[in-house]
Amino acid sequence: MTLRSISLRRMSNLTATLLMGVATILVLLPLVIIFYHIVKMGISSINLGFFTNIPQPPGEAGGGMANGIAGSAVMIGMASVAGLPIGILGAVYLTEYGSGKLATAIRFCADVLSGIPSIITGMVAYSLLVVPLKGFSALAGSFALSLIMVPIVLRTTEEQLKMVPATLREASLALGVPLWRTSIKVTLRSALTGIITGVLLATARVAGETAPLLFTALGNQFWGKKLTEPMAALPLQIFNFAISPYEDWHRLAWAGALVLVALMFGLSLAARWLGRSKHS
Amino acid sequence: MNTMTTKKYGDRIFRAITLLFALSILVILLVMTVEMVSESLPSLRKFGWGFITGSDWDAVQSSFASLPYLYGSVVSSVLAILLATPLSVGTALFITELAPHKVGAVTASLVELLAAIPSVIYGLWGILVMTPWLQSTVEPFLIKRFGFLPFFRGAPYGVSLLAAVFILMIMIVPIITSITKEVLMAVPSSQKEAAIALGATRWEMIRIAVLPYGRSGILGAVILGLGRAIGETMAVTMVIGNTPQISLSLLSPAYTMPSVIANEFAETTTKLHASALMEIGLILLVVTLFINFMARMLLWSVTRKWKGGAA
Amino acid sequence: MNSKLSIRNLNIHFGDNHAVKNAAMEVAANSVTAIIGPSGCGKSTVLRSINRMHDLTPSARVTGTIMLDDTDIYSRGVDPVTIRRRVGMVFQKPNPFPAMSIYDNVIAGYKLNGVLKKGEADEIVESSLKRVALWDEVKDRLRTGAVELSGGQQQRLCIARTIAVKPEVILMDEPASALDPISTLKIEELIEELKSKYTIVIVTHNMQQAARVSDVTAFFYLGELVEIGETRKVFTNPEKKQTEDYITGRFG
Repeated sequence: MTLRSISLRRMSNLTATLLMGVATILVLLPLVIIFYHIVKMGISSINLGFFTNIPQPPGEAGGGMANGIAGSAVMIGMASVAGLPIGILGAVYLTEYGSGKLATAIRFCADVLSGIPSIITGMVAYSLLVVPLKGFSALAGSFALSLIMVPIVLRTTEEQLKMVPATLREASLALGVPLWRTSIKVTLRSALTGIITGVLLATARVAGETAPLLFTALGNQFWGKKLTEPMAALPLQIFNFAISPYEDWHRLAWAGALVLVALMFGLSLAARWLGRSKHS
Repeated sequence: MNTMTTKKYGDRIFRAITLLFALSILVILLVMTVEMVSESLPSLRKFGWGFITGSDWDAVQSSFASLPYLYGSVVSSVLAILLATPLSVGTALFITELAPHKVGAVTASLVELLAAIPSVIYGLWGILVMTPWLQSTVEPFLIKRFGFLPFFRGAPYGVSLLAAVFILMIMIVPIITSITKEVLMAVPSSQKEAAIALGATRWEMIRIAVLPYGRSGILGAVILGLGRAIGETMAVTMVIGNTPQISLSLLSPAYTMPSVIANEFAETTTKLHASALMEIGLILLVVTLFINFMARMLLWSVTRKWKGGAA
Repeated sequence: MNSKLSIRNLNIHFGDNHAVKNAAMEVAANSVTAIIGPSGCGKSTVLRSINRMHDLTPSARVTGTIMLDDTDIYSRGVDPVTIRRRVGMVFQKPNPFPAMSIYDNVIAGYKLNGVLKKGEADEIVESSLKRVALWDEVKDRLRTGAVELSGGQQQRLCIARTIAVKPEVILMDEPASALDPISTLKIEELIEELKSKYTIVIVTHNMQQAARVSDVTAFFYLGELVEIGETRKVFTNPEKKQTEDYITGRFG
């Protein structure tokens, strides 16, 4: 047997260690670079006008993305109104009644749904809402977003509900409180902060979705007045401005990206803060 | 008597409502699949297998074939995976085996931050920063040094298959890293101690005890990353050049399945055009479902297999 | 006395916790030394310091001297990797590598340290497995997974893996506590045989086992070495009252 020399092995170890470090740096480098660019290119266009004005034709000053921000807010709000109850109460079903094959199937399908590219969700929303209503609309956009929200909220809520100790439920049931009341007033309430955390994270995720809105909400240069008409959304505007050939609009796109990222960051921070204060 | 009956009805109604909502997941999945299939039928019927073997996509002539999009999707995703995997595994190993606890935790959080950035923002940076850089610096360099290879021929446009590969790589590294990190953390310390006690260096311990144990899990993570890459829409659309062509050169612009849908779907003129795009969406759906299924099976079997042994 | 291991002024801290206080003992070559004591007395901690396993714990601080023949294993220039080649360890719960076959598990140590020719590997596998009385049971399925063996067999496999790299000292951390009585007996018989070639230090919470297998017994209590001596003497005529109390079962 030939002994591999110890120094060779030490060299391999050192090399491997260095490679792991290099890999980590390479992985984190884009994060630094992208954030640097977003802040550097976007900050100059952030002013009050950005939040109050709608986009102006290229060359004219004073453009903003107010309609996009408002549109996103409206559509996310509408998507939540539909998606949150379905996701949360569906999760309640899984935890209270669901131990059989049906529940497993539902969980599995929820995971499968989360993995479907969101552009397909958009296509389905198109054929279900845009075609029959003969037009693009905020309604269709919200619908697409809610389809994305439901599986996420379902799974995160279920996880939170599972963490509620059984003794709490049992105590309530033993007092003669009916199961439905127990579920709502005891189980849901004690898991509330966790559920809200999950909701915030789902909202952050949906806020950045562009593909499903491309042919549902379509986007709008002006304020959307009716829900049955196309509506602007922040990520859609970022996309359209980014691929345009105009410098002005590029600057607005960067600013929009900065706002979007700040928004998502804020939501995640809020979620994390909520999660922490629960356990402390 | 009254309270007892309301109790019963209350529970029954509650259960029914929550069941309904839970079932909506199944309904959603079913409806999505049915819609995609039914809307694709006209195109399926008209073009048959030629849809995936042909390359001619002509809206005017109403002749549609999707091979260039399949090519673009597959090549960009596979290359992205090949580049992303060593980086991801290296980073996951750094987090779990190398770094002191706090440094590892911070790194993991930063990686999750990367995962949270929306695709359109990657695309924005991609088209306004990365592709100009590729066009001015990287691609000329590749042409000069490696232009003898068929992979690096052509003019530097910036927007290209190469750009798509880069942006995809950056985007899927966080996913693969996160899952791999979980897989590696699940390696029992008794395994690592066994290797150390035999006189292993850290890298040898990783090679002998950690990586083999985590093999299936890492594979599952990679496959999951592949699924994500294939479905990635906005960022790729913004940097790939959106030209349906099949070329060996990475420098040439290309087109992927999600990209053509994103670009053309809102403006289809004929029902057949829309149906053809739907068919591409159907292919995308089937491929993604299949890949995700494989990945989950692998990841699920990881937790099962090792529990079978006494260790 | 021909000391294989010489421990002097050994102090081990985990953060603020002073886990082992001023331990000192001599271990003769080709002997079996048992370390006994109640839970938490520091016996495993002492054992793991002999092959520098505490290097893996960031909060651990080991001071003092442990001489392996003429080498102070904690001195500056010493690479723990070389120490662990000379000092092997068998753990409480059998931990064969699940991704490897029985065959590969036995020669796992060589995959790190050297390159084996096929004939050499076969030879080492056979002789190691024979030494732990596992050869007959597994010779027809060497390429099957190690996790398919029973607990007792897995532990013997781990011992085979440890002796395959020809260490000088074998440390055993409660090697039979996770096994059934018959496997335990086999392990104890194995220890008796192994001592002719190796120096063995075994930690056990089973006093009868210590009495059966060891030549020298060390009794630890609350991090301190209370008494160390010839096993027969420690068990029949201990010098310290604490030892006697522990042996007769008054505590622990």
